[in-house]
Amino acid sequence: MDKEPMITADKVAPVIDKVIAKYGGDRKMLISILFDVQHEFKYLPKEALEYLSKKMKVPLIDLYSIATFYKAYSLTPKGKHQLTVCLGTACHVRGALGVLEEIERQLDVRPGGTTKDKEFSLSTVACLGCCAMGPIVVMDDVYHGQVTPTAVKGLLAGVSKKAAGSQAKAGA
Amino acid sequence: MKLKNAEELRKLRESIKKESSKGKKLITVCSGTGCRAYGCEDLISAFKQEVEKSGLKNEVEVKATGCPGFCERGNIVVIYPEGIFYQRVKKSHVPDILKKTVVGKQLIDELLFLDEETGKKVTYEKDVPFYKKQMRLLLGANALIDPTKIEDYIALGGYSALGKVLSGMKPDEVIAEVKAAGLRGRGGAGFPTGMKWEITRKAKGDQKFVVVNADEGDPGAFMDRSLLEGNPHSILEGLMIGAYAIGASRGFVYVRNEYPLAVQNVIIATEEARKHGLLGKNILGSDFSFDIDIVRGAGAFVCGEETALMASIEGRRGVPRQRPPFPSDSGILGKPTNINNVETWANVPLIIEKGSGWYSKIGTKGSKGTKIFSLVGKINNTGLVEVPMGVTLSDIVFGIGGGIPKGKELKAIQIGGPSGGCIPKSQANVPIDYDELKKLGGMMGSGGLVVMDEDTCMVDVAKYFLEFLLEESCGKCTTCRDGIERMLEIVTRITEGKGTMEDIDTLNELAEVVRDASMCGLGQTSPNPVLSTLRYFKDEYMAHIKDKKCPGKVCKALITYTILDDKCTGCGACKQRCPQGAISGDKKKPHKIDPKKCIRCDVCYTTCKFHAIKKE
Repeated sequence: MDKEPMITADKVAPVIDKVIAKYGGDRKMLISILFDVQHEFKYLPKEALEYLSKKMKVPLIDLYSIATFYKAYSLTPKGKHQLTVCLGTACHVRGALGVLEEIERQLDVRPGGTTKDKEFSLSTVACLGCCAMGPIVVMDDVYHGQVTPTAVKGLLAGVSKKAAGSQAKAGA
Repeated sequence: MKLKNAEELRKLRESIKKESSKGKKLITVCSGTGCRAYGCEDLISAFKQEVEKSGLKNEVEVKATGCPGFCERGNIVVIYPEGIFYQRVKKSHVPDILKKTVVGKQLIDELLFLDEETGKKVTYEKDVPFYKKQMRLLLGANALIDPTKIEDYIALGGYSALGKVLSGMKPDEVIAEVKAAGLRGRGGAGFPTGMKWEITRKAKGDQKFVVVNADEGDPGAFMDRSLLEGNPHSILEGLMIGAYAIGASRGFVYVRNEYPLAVQNVIIATEEARKHGLLGKNILGSDFSFDIDIVRGAGAFVCGEETALMASIEGRRGVPRQRPPFPSDSGILGKPTNINNVETWANVPLIIEKGSGWYSKIGTKGSKGTKIFSLVGKINNTGLVEVPMGVTLSDIVFGIGGGIPKGKELKAIQIGGPSGGCIPKSQANVPIDYDELKKLGGMMGSGGLVVMDEDTCMVDVAKYFLEFLLEESCGKCTTCRDGIERMLEIVTRITEGKGTMEDIDTLNELAEVVRDASMCGLGQTSPNPVLSTLRYFKDEYMAHIKDKKCPGKVCKALITYTILDDKCTGCGACKQRCPQGAISGDKKKPHKIDPKKCIRCDVCYTTCKFHAIKKE
């Protein structure tokens, strides 16, 4: 990804029309529709939400109320690599906070943010259910278990070289 | 192939069984989310390649199964028909396993499980102590079936309970059977399932809905994920039986987005069921028509609350609403709706198949059947355990879980997630029972058991849950939205050594108001982690407030790191890793930490191999 492609209203139209058609324009399916839109653009661009609102005749405020309520949505573009630190109870008692803080220090980024060079986006999650291997860090859909603060540096260095794996892909 | 009646289903089962009993060896590899983190996908393809390469394709089958629950020892490989149990298997072991064990009938010693108690190696799966002390009625099948193949489920007797119901039981008889079994909701509150069904059945409405609540949000709980991933058809079958009993024509599985594999497997399962005529019109030749939609959550803990879940299914913000009307009267789109948890639904086929008489013999007077717990935290055998109701918490922690690692002491067991409480070691002999746990200030919850040792700070635990709940509060009720924040401020103050004795009283008072004046379960139970830690670990709060000490050595403001001169070898590893440059010293000479620069990140402590860093 060299340059962020500009998102314009005419670019979003065909993509969103397709997504709406997939769900038969069903208002009930808005959460899935927004997932698919986010999947296309890697976040929910303003232009996309405006077009979706018009096409589905759902007030824009309702779309924003959903998009800001659920954690899975992002209104800002994400970095090249997605980094998620599990802060579930099991990971917590095993020192996940130390791991998170080490990542914050290494990358100079807070949860919910993206590094200046747009390489990494950092987020936290309450539990991924792999408690046996806590603390867990998910890097581009690949689960890493028993991560220690000391191991963070190597983990971050490794991802820059290795392309994203195929494990446990989201968005089935 | 669409099955036209129960007889065709039976015949299909016979033919699958006949096909699979042709003497092929079977290698199963756990492929739950947990084992994926251990790299099971590479392992499975390595097995497949090696089988191909060795020309064993006609004699050996490799199967990716659901999670058997022994996560601590992943990747887990079992070789049938013998049932040889190999643990912590790596890709490099694959050629040896095929050559030595599958062909040569020799065991590979290093892959066998060592029973610490007897000091002996265990060869067979059935003899592994972790499994032996369990009663795996629901989880057992996970390790035997490929969750993406409906045939595997059918071969084990799957959908025969549905067949039984559709070919000869009236809806009221089904409800009576579930009532007689004494099944109670496994989502946490323990409402009698049969009664819930009956209420929804009697509710007026032209259309009714049934829902699987798979929004398993309790941090530290993953049994629902494991069931959905590993044996999705058992849940669908339970849902179908419930739908028939209640008179529902449509079902929803509301599943957490954080569980991508569960989403995938349950979608495949519904497609397979549809192909076989087990979903759709006139199922198995009866008048019963039913279908299921899979709805993904989008990351909101509160959606586990039933009214919030329904709002989310309707494509809205997942905010709870006042009850009544209860979902049984006015649920999704205003229609009568029956919502049960994943594990509750999974119990249903079992009750129908084996009878309520059999089922109600398992467990205690008020709590029947088994319960799956995810045993996590400071415990030797992390994983999923399924036990009959009535066994004690210490049976689970020490008998099955193998106790606390590194010879540390058990301090508390956190049960019931953010709505539950911390049960202290002194009460660990409490039997697993909805009502007994409630008396102790905990709750069954969905089944997370987080074990805490002496290195855990209970004030920090209370703070952790408050932070979680503050983040997840939907903000509708002032008491929940603001009350949790105020409680968090106070607890944070205490962890920073700035607390006063008055804070304890204020916490108790606030907790009461938040509990009494919040609308939904999230708010009402949100003070529990604070209340239960205050009840059993008041001395720890005192240590923070009065002595300005953190007994668990967790709270950063109250601990200092120093290097012990007599133990430090001057290797420089800590100095190199310290992110603050707070450590100084010459090579091979004892080092020093500058407390002003130190941010207590624990990196030196985890780096030092000579135990030369002292935390106090």
